[in-house]
Amino acid sequence: MEGSSYQIDLGNLMAYDPNHHFQSIPSSRGELVNHCLEKGTEMVQAIANSLFSLPSTESRDGPVVKLPLPTTKLPREKHLPKPKPPTKWEEFAKMKGIKKRKKNKRVWDEQTSSWKRTHGYDRANDDRDIPILDAKSTDEVGVDPFAKRSAEKKERVKKQEKSRLENLKKAAKAGALPSHIQLAATALPITGTKKDVPKKASKDELESVAGMAATSTASGGKFDKKLPGEKPPKHSGKHRKFLPVVEGKGIGSKEKQQTEKILNQLLSKSSHEILDVNKAVTMFNVKKEKQRKKDKDANPGKSGKLKPNKKSFKKTSTKKKP
Amino acid sequence: MQIRVPKTKRAKRELDKRAPKLVENVKKTLILHGTKTSAVLNSVLTELYHLKRDNAVKFSKKNENIKPFESGGETSLEFFSHKTDCSLFAFGSHSKKRPNNLVLGRTYDHHIYDLVEVGVENFKSIESFEYDKKLAPKIGSKPLFAFIGEEFESVDELKHLKEVLLDFFRGEVVESLNLTGVDRVFVCTALSSKTILLMHCALRLKKSGTSIPRMELVEVGPSMDLVVRRHRLPSESLLKEAMKTPDHAKKIKNVTSDVIKGKTGRIYIPDQKVGDMPLSNNIKGLKRERREAKQNKESKKRKTESE
Repeated sequence: MEGSSYQIDLGNLMAYDPNHHFQSIPSSRGELVNHCLEKGTEMVQAIANSLFSLPSTESRDGPVVKLPLPTTKLPREKHLPKPKPPTKWEEFAKMKGIKKRKKNKRVWDEQTSSWKRTHGYDRANDDRDIPILDAKSTDEVGVDPFAKRSAEKKERVKKQEKSRLENLKKAAKAGALPSHIQLAATALPITGTKKDVPKKASKDELESVAGMAATSTASGGKFDKKLPGEKPPKHSGKHRKFLPVVEGKGIGSKEKQQTEKILNQLLSKSSHEILDVNKAVTMFNVKKEKQRKKDKDANPGKSGKLKPNKKSFKKTSTKKKP
Repeated sequence: MQIRVPKTKRAKRELDKRAPKLVENVKKTLILHGTKTSAVLNSVLTELYHLKRDNAVKFSKKNENIKPFESGGETSLEFFSHKTDCSLFAFGSHSKKRPNNLVLGRTYDHHIYDLVEVGVENFKSIESFEYDKKLAPKIGSKPLFAFIGEEFESVDELKHLKEVLLDFFRGEVVESLNLTGVDRVFVCTALSSKTILLMHCALRLKKSGTSIPRMELVEVGPSMDLVVRRHRLPSESLLKEAMKTPDHAKKIKNVTSDVIKGKTGRIYIPDQKVGDMPLSNNIKGLKRERREAKQNKESKKRKTESE
């Protein structure tokens, strides 16, 4: 300020002497330091003079003064907060003149005749607590009205979420997204359709692919270095069964058996027989047996002696009749 | 698109702290160094950290890909600034060409705003000063500043350095100050057009006759010579944007509020020159046929005139 010819910025507690320059810098460091300290003391005294003459209030820790605003302008560290653009509902409400109404935290619930909270656990007039719904003439026969109501609610919630997302996108475009919300892009890339999105490989897929890659190596993946936690391959080992070169005593003709099996399979496939003789014979025999049993039961008097038909309740026992 | 919301209230509070506000938080400082540092520079950085204890973050790892003055070398700095929410940084490095190099920089919206590169010479650390321990300034107290020298106004680099130093050591901008809490001062003297001497002193208040105490300076802290090597000023548009202050309520003209009448305004109508106004031909007194004939005559007349 004037008089002391220093520029004092009280808001920053700063003093600046624009009129000082060194004609010759003092030769020794000590002298220089002392000179600076002297000048500094003068200026600090000037600041203190104006600082202590400000109106002060007494507080617990000492005298407190109210500082004026700083005069030297310094840049901000972040941009000024931008005002939020009105949401779709807010625009509509403004146009129609709808004003917000204050809602009470507790509402009278008719059903239980008590005061219950408006939102949250055990709320008043809950949609899900209605036990009986009157059937209307517009209701179809097979439709479950309760399920219909809950489906409608789900639709409403989904629609609400969508509108919320739209409003936030609008705010983000204007640069006024609320600080605690982030909009994250889900997997859809900038160009292309959903087909072009590289699908994230699942754990099983990765394991199977690793196995396949391993078997394509010369040693079938047996000596590959495994990462910690990697499971050993599932189908390790031989897939072909080779017969022993020399047949021992008790083995028999394995080769003959093997070739016979293959031949039978081939022949049965290519045979044009409609009738399988063996199967037909067994079927006939079984039928005959059943018929005989029935006849025997129907006329029990065939045997000479009048014996009571002892029916055993055990399923396993069968009385063999001649 | 998915909406991501913090799951805990604590996370929400932290995010809100870092949001842009009308009245901002204290500027935090990030102190880090490059691949090569000297002993002097190490102590400079640690002492800087001690001076700004409450709102400074010090990294101890070497950062080889940070070159503040090059276009590609700033990305790491901006990333760290964003992660730690620091808008000031001090980057130290040492090379043969630039020994004991200290780059002081500021960010705006986590992008580099401006830079000043200084060389540190004649550094004296806090330990080398002997003083009465009772005078030691408390951490977080608001310092006084004394800038001596006309070069701070005339030379561009020193003007910039003055602003940067003020921003660095200013601390919180407060409305009310406790007078017993003033106990430190930064004295910066311009030695030449490129060098300044920065000293940090404690204040001793002595009794004097009047209510204003007598000030005495006792050197406590680091003292160093700063030689300005390079500097980068912010671009015009960035400067304008960063210096914007919150809007003062715009004065609405022509609106007065009266207790009885309510909100009133005046309507100003331009002067109607009644004499020059043309009379209309739609004279209600005449019978319809005559009226219409008169109107058609006029319109026919206008038509022929325009042709």
